[in-house]
Amino acid sequence: MQPDISVKHLNKTYGDGFRALKDINLDIEHGEIFALLGPNGAGKTTLISIICGIVNLTSGQVTAGGFDIVKDYRQARKTIGLVPQELNTDSFETVWDTVSFSRGLFGKPANPAHIEQVLRDLSLWDKRDNRIMSLSGGMKRRVMIAKALSHEPQILFLDEPTAGVDVELRRDMWNMVRKLRESGVTIILTTHYIEEAEEMADRIGVIRQGEIILVEEKTSLMSKLGKKELRLQLQAPLEKIPGELTLEPVELSSDGYELIYSFDSQEEQAGVARLLRMLGDIGIEYRDLRTRESSLEDIFVGLVHE
Amino acid sequence: MNLHGVSAIYRFEMARMRRTLMQSVASPVISTCLYFVVFGSAIGSRMGDIDNISYGAYIIPGLVMLSLLMQSISNASFGIYMPKFSGTIYEVLSAPVSYVEVVLGYVGAAATKSVILGIIILLTAKLFVNYDVLHPFWMFGFLVLTAITFSLFGFIIGIWADGFEKLQIVPLMIVTPLVFLGGTFYSINMLPEIWQTISLFNPVVYLISGFRWAFYGVSDVHVGISVAMTFFFLTACMVGVWWIFKTGYRLRS
Repeated sequence: MQPDISVKHLNKTYGDGFRALKDINLDIEHGEIFALLGPNGAGKTTLISIICGIVNLTSGQVTAGGFDIVKDYRQARKTIGLVPQELNTDSFETVWDTVSFSRGLFGKPANPAHIEQVLRDLSLWDKRDNRIMSLSGGMKRRVMIAKALSHEPQILFLDEPTAGVDVELRRDMWNMVRKLRESGVTIILTTHYIEEAEEMADRIGVIRQGEIILVEEKTSLMSKLGKKELRLQLQAPLEKIPGELTLEPVELSSDGYELIYSFDSQEEQAGVARLLRMLGDIGIEYRDLRTRESSLEDIFVGLVHE
Repeated sequence: MNLHGVSAIYRFEMARMRRTLMQSVASPVISTCLYFVVFGSAIGSRMGDIDNISYGAYIIPGLVMLSLLMQSISNASFGIYMPKFSGTIYEVLSAPVSYVEVVLGYVGAAATKSVILGIIILLTAKLFVNYDVLHPFWMFGFLVLTAITFSLFGFIIGIWADGFEKLQIVPLMIVTPLVFLGGTFYSINMLPEIWQTISLFNPVVYLISGFRWAFYGVSDVHVGISVAMTFFFLTACMVGVWWIFKTGYRLRS
């Protein structure tokens, strides 16, 4: 099956000579949730804007739903719904009107039943006759999503969907994204909240200075790059790491009360058992121990600072 | 052809007109009425006829043209400037609509409003001055063509403008003087010869002259030239709009 989005050798150089994207190659499969991670200014929004038709590409080829975004722009754009980063909404229109407008703009005949369903799903039904300017920021964000879903897109782009959004709305939004995926919509989200990617994504792409430096399944990414850490609280402080332990990846905290042992999460627990046996043999007593798995955030910080 | 898309933009713009009825319709009608009262009824009764037409009736075509030009430009420029200003333009740019369809929606709505306004002003003028229209078909033709042409021109201004000030500059600083000096209140044949020649460089002269011919059968320049000039301006504006979309000027980087 052909991918929903296919990007080949995509380059973008802006008028002022700034190279925003460098030879991007990326396939996004039907029905997946793909998270594009990257620091500010890495090129996330430029990439999305090119796929959606807001920014012209410099060279390369992009297809959406199998259609070339330049040659078959009509077909390509019909498959896409976009929720941009900024809260760009009309002010004086009602929620109902603005969502219906979006549907028409994307070439679909009026379908009040569908609009009603979208508004109900996003808890906007009660606000349908309100003017957009009377809504809170979170509600406006929902309106933007409703507009993007009004024409029943097969692919949904969410550019920083939860930037500046409260915890409750963030949870709601995550639930909504999962429901959409269940209904067969492919979702591409950009974020710099690692938590979001960790919570939602099937696959993760990392973009840095206009280049995709990594695309991986989330789980394999986490196990491949993930580190685990065992911290042992000692009964009595140590002055230095005992000679028997120097071959192990062990560190001592500055106050001498904590031994920190780092290991790959794939290595299972064999190393831990060995370490604990050695401590028993040497006679070092500990009163507590805890392990911690590195999060996607640690991995990400490691990647973008390489 | 994405007719649903064209219709969505058109209806969106017409809804904006209904919301701003005072500004879009009432205010130009009131200001034009003031011209009729002052120049038509009050001063006009003391003025001689021009080309055997009473002064009050003589100025009607020019005054309608004045409103038509101003409103076409401001409707269309505002229509496209606002989405740029508020950022909602992203949706139009990412939608499956061609540039012809975008123009049909925005310019079509702006021109419709101007034509409606022109007709309202003509009907209002009946209250103050008695006049007849000799060639109603031509009169309506000029009205529609001018509305479309200057709505296209307004669309270009709206794309070009990067601040509210620039939206106002062209209608106030260029179009208003051209209309006043373009034979709204006098026949350019009444001017000294040198000024007659200079006036022929004013494009508005041709619009007003042709429009007046449709009313009374008299004109400063031959009506054929007026028709040709109207189509020339229309073509020039279409080329401008085509270039904007071709290059993405101030729309797509």
